[in-house]
Amino acid sequence: MSGLWADVIGWFGDASRWSVSDPSGIGYRVIEHLTVSTVAMLIAIALAIPTALVLAHHRRAEAIASAIVNLGRAVPSFGLIVVFWLVATYIPTVSPRFWPLVGALVALAIPPVFTNTYTSVRDVDADIVEAARGMGATEHAVMFRTELPLASPVIVAGVRLAYVQVIATTAIGAIVTNGGGLGRYIVDGFAIGRAGHAMVVSGALLLGVLTLAADRVLAAAEVLVVPTPLREISTVRVEGVTGAAG
Amino acid sequence: MILLAAADLFDPSWVVRNSGRILEATWEHIVLTVLSVVIGLLLSCALSIVALRRRRLYRPILSAGSVLYTIPSLAMFALLVPFTGFSMTTAVIALVTYTLLILVKNIVTGIDGVPSEIVEAAIGMGYEPRAVLLRVQLPLALPVIVAGIRIATVTVIGLVTVTALIGLGGLGRFILSGFRVLPIHPTQILVGTFASILLAITGDVLLLALERVLTPWSTRKVAT
Repeated sequence: MSGLWADVIGWFGDASRWSVSDPSGIGYRVIEHLTVSTVAMLIAIALAIPTALVLAHHRRAEAIASAIVNLGRAVPSFGLIVVFWLVATYIPTVSPRFWPLVGALVALAIPPVFTNTYTSVRDVDADIVEAARGMGATEHAVMFRTELPLASPVIVAGVRLAYVQVIATTAIGAIVTNGGGLGRYIVDGFAIGRAGHAMVVSGALLLGVLTLAADRVLAAAEVLVVPTPLREISTVRVEGVTGAAG
Repeated sequence: MILLAAADLFDPSWVVRNSGRILEATWEHIVLTVLSVVIGLLLSCALSIVALRRRRLYRPILSAGSVLYTIPSLAMFALLVPFTGFSMTTAVIALVTYTLLILVKNIVTGIDGVPSEIVEAAIGMGYEPRAVLLRVQLPLALPVIVAGIRIATVTVIGLVTVTALIGLGGLGRFILSGFRVLPIHPTQILVGTFASILLAITGDVLLLALERVLTPWSTRKVAT
């Protein structure tokens, strides 16, 4: 097996390997990977958090909130990507490279973000909400200045979980589309058999490092977003960063 | 035009002609899932016992589990293939790594959740430490443990489809072959995806039923 590791080191050492502009370069693939993942994550956040906040505030759609997370887990991400790609082939104006993958990733990211937002807003201490109303807060203010900040630790945890999942799944997209970031190396490496093993292992190492790094970065952001004893219920800051964490 | 296209999206006659292959793939899907979850459960039980005996090892075990859980399935298969080839072993090792975090967390949380008065009462009645664990704590923790097994099972069923890339895949092989043929064959893609969803829901419901049978005293639904 020492031959394999030598090949892996050789693969990383290739001069053009770190190029940002060449599609075979690591830089190019990392940027592609993070672009797809981040666009999908931002769309999912924009769709899921406001909907869940409003529904939980009005105590609506309780059953849907628990069903959505179970269903989300049951849907195989690989199948979902292929189905989105399939649908896109019937729509001539959509490029099959970018949007089908983003669409599938949005669908995968919505359940954890939606459910975490829903349950955490719903579980905000009713006495605190009452106190806010007693102090003359409007419904709008209750939602954005009481419920959202108090729920933020759980919401951010959901976003972190979803983002890591999305980055992992983007790689599966390489099986189907020309995009797929770092997954490209693994899929292409498999396609050329034994000779591709060094490329497969290198791609897997890069992908593993990328997900673990993203997880660490978001864990750090979590600390920034949610002040330890929730001493600052001065919402504005908390809200802003919650949206940007994706 | 889109309506015309929709008509050839799904071809029931393909399903009838290939029912044997679909059953075979479903069986492979089930075997891969059951093997992975059972091995994962055995490992998790061992790890949980270690964590319960030596408290300070709980955090390191969880962090190791979460690193394994975070690594994308595609990367895990890719790292194993040069060593274990396009084989069942590769698939099962990778799938097991996704169950550990969920299972260990739920086993330890479940055991910790047993009220200490009950444990003390059992000790007072002369139960050996082993009997306390097996006959008092374990049964009471069962709802939380089964909740973990359900999440692990449903997660693994979804991930099995990705093993199509290493020549297995269960129902995932239809998803892969459906778009690799020219012209593409939507029926296969849809059959693979929806049969996998159906399998996941069935597995979840069966485990829930098993939990009801095993814990006749609890009627309350346990949150996952």
